[in-house]
Amino acid sequence: MSTAPSQSRREWLLSDRPQSRIQARLGRAYMTWLRFSSNRLAVLGLLIIIALVLIAIFADVLAPHDPVIGNLAGARLLPPGSPGYLLGTDDQGRDILSRLLHGSRLTLFVIVLVAIIAAPVGLLVGAVSGYVGGWVDAVLMRITDIFLAFPKLVLALAFVAALGPGIENAILAIAITSWPPYARIARAETLTVRNSDYIAAVRLMGASPFRIVLRHVMPMCMSSLIVRVTLDMAGIILTAAGLGFLGLGAQPPLPEWGAMIASGRRFILDQWWVATMPGIAILIVSLGFNLLGDGLRDALDPREAGQ
Amino acid sequence: MSISDTSQLVAGRKRARAKGWAATIARFLVVMVTTYLGLLAVTFFIGRVVPIDPVLAVLGDRAPAHVVERVREEMGLNRPLYIQFYYYLRDALTGNFGISVLTTNPVMTDIRRVFPATMELATVGTLIGSLFGVPLGVLAAVKRGSIADQIVRVVGLIGYSVPIFWLALLSLLLFYAKLQWVAFPGRIDIVYEYSFTPVTGFYLLDSAWQGQWDVFIDVFRHIILPASLLGYFSLAYISRMTRSFMLNELSQEYIVAARAKGLSETRIIWGHALRNAAVPLVTVIALSYAGLLEGSVLTETVFSWPGLGLYITNSLQNADMNAVLGGTIVIGSVFIAINILSDLLYRTLDPRTRAR
Repeated sequence: MSTAPSQSRREWLLSDRPQSRIQARLGRAYMTWLRFSSNRLAVLGLLIIIALVLIAIFADVLAPHDPVIGNLAGARLLPPGSPGYLLGTDDQGRDILSRLLHGSRLTLFVIVLVAIIAAPVGLLVGAVSGYVGGWVDAVLMRITDIFLAFPKLVLALAFVAALGPGIENAILAIAITSWPPYARIARAETLTVRNSDYIAAVRLMGASPFRIVLRHVMPMCMSSLIVRVTLDMAGIILTAAGLGFLGLGAQPPLPEWGAMIASGRRFILDQWWVATMPGIAILIVSLGFNLLGDGLRDALDPREAGQ
Repeated sequence: MSISDTSQLVAGRKRARAKGWAATIARFLVVMVTTYLGLLAVTFFIGRVVPIDPVLAVLGDRAPAHVVERVREEMGLNRPLYIQFYYYLRDALTGNFGISVLTTNPVMTDIRRVFPATMELATVGTLIGSLFGVPLGVLAAVKRGSIADQIVRVVGLIGYSVPIFWLALLSLLLFYAKLQWVAFPGRIDIVYEYSFTPVTGFYLLDSAWQGQWDVFIDVFRHIILPASLLGYFSLAYISRMTRSFMLNELSQEYIVAARAKGLSETRIIWGHALRNAAVPLVTVIALSYAGLLEGSVLTETVFSWPGLGLYITNSLQNADMNAVLGGTIVIGSVFIAINILSDLLYRTLDPRTRAR
């Protein structure tokens, strides 16, 4: 408990004269959170993503049935609401709900890996390009523009066709086609801080260019990059599902949502739920990322909030 | 200032402008050439370096060693990589993408046959998307914060978030199977397949031109659902961008001036604000057209639409790499061309971006 009862925790956080570095940081985070949480749709998006992560962690506990081995004899193509099978079963007697719950792991696996591969590559290319300038900048940006001008899905298709189908190759293909926008953003941010006083100060203290880029330039790009990556997540999920739908992503019997739609396609006329349920799952999750991304952009980047 | 001075000044300006234009065009050419080279380098890399062994892909793994060696020689795979790339470039630039294993035709012949179907689909889709997307975006901007704005926003958000192939399947279930409003997947009814001879490959245009209205109606019943779906996706993008451009224009001073002058709101919104927002909108619409060419890959698969997307996915399923890479290069080239054209158009339409 604070000694002065008039100063609540909220006032401590919002103080104009922070007493310590920690107070200043927490205060800034709190301001961002206030801006973010005033946007109800953004909070909804955040809740969806938190739910996705929790479901992925506890899929084993939550799923009522095995996601891969079904009851071929007694439970084929049961409609939603059947006893024990809330969302119905597919052609192999597998519980669709259990498959969806386990499929959240694959979805999370894809987006986390794509983000881990593509974001650092884009960040590094952009920061180096913006900081070094000159012909390095020209060459790197030309390469970035070339990749930016490609049709993403078609190129990912061609990559997977060459590498062979599978979820790892799908991830690689999506990552290869999604780093260029990050490089563009990182370069733009770098150009704005490159000539600032604090960079000059660090340089005077004898920091190597490597250290300057890594420790002092790249952190400045993070907030725009996080917003962009979050907004891209929906597109990554849709591309991965599209590859799965074409049979190029996760292979059976993995419960990947796009592949589940593809296998339900044959029964669409009579057993509509087999293909419908995974689509709803994809829609909810990518909507969640879009809402979260919009909210983050408004909260972290007030300049663009009006748009 | 005398008349001759003025004319000299004008001539000088004209010369400077011509010089500026020459520089701009030269820059565009460099961009175009390097981007296209990049595209070819990537497809070359995918086709030659990544897969297991092109010789084994052709012969299978049970061919005797001397045959493998001979075929390797014939395919030019013993040459250094840069020589191979040179031949690859020469072939690709003359439109020679090899033979499709699946159809046994040259890939370029196949693509020429299927490409108009994709173009027609993407064109009708873009038309639908802009006809609905632009007014919706304007409405959302004018009534900012209202229920209408929220609805447009949600419609757009769902468009960004929904898997297109899933929506295609569901709409097929509803409009074809249950309501029977639209025709069976495909492009034209089998009855007309033989009586109707397309000229341009755009069936809607061809049938209308030849006065075969029964064919036109049939083609329309086939195209309307896939085109509406693609249209929905471009609507999501176009309405969002229109809203943002319009908000930007409506906050400008000339709008205040127009209001002060006593112009009607209709005239201010549609005549002044939208006219200025139209310049960047052209770019947005062009880019969404390029996006639909790509989006057609998944849509065509669901609707059995005999276009480039279906061609590529069929070839993928049969490991027909020549066809896949040929299709990738064609879509990529159109993509690049549209990107550059829209950029060029933007510079032409907006005097502020012109080279001085």
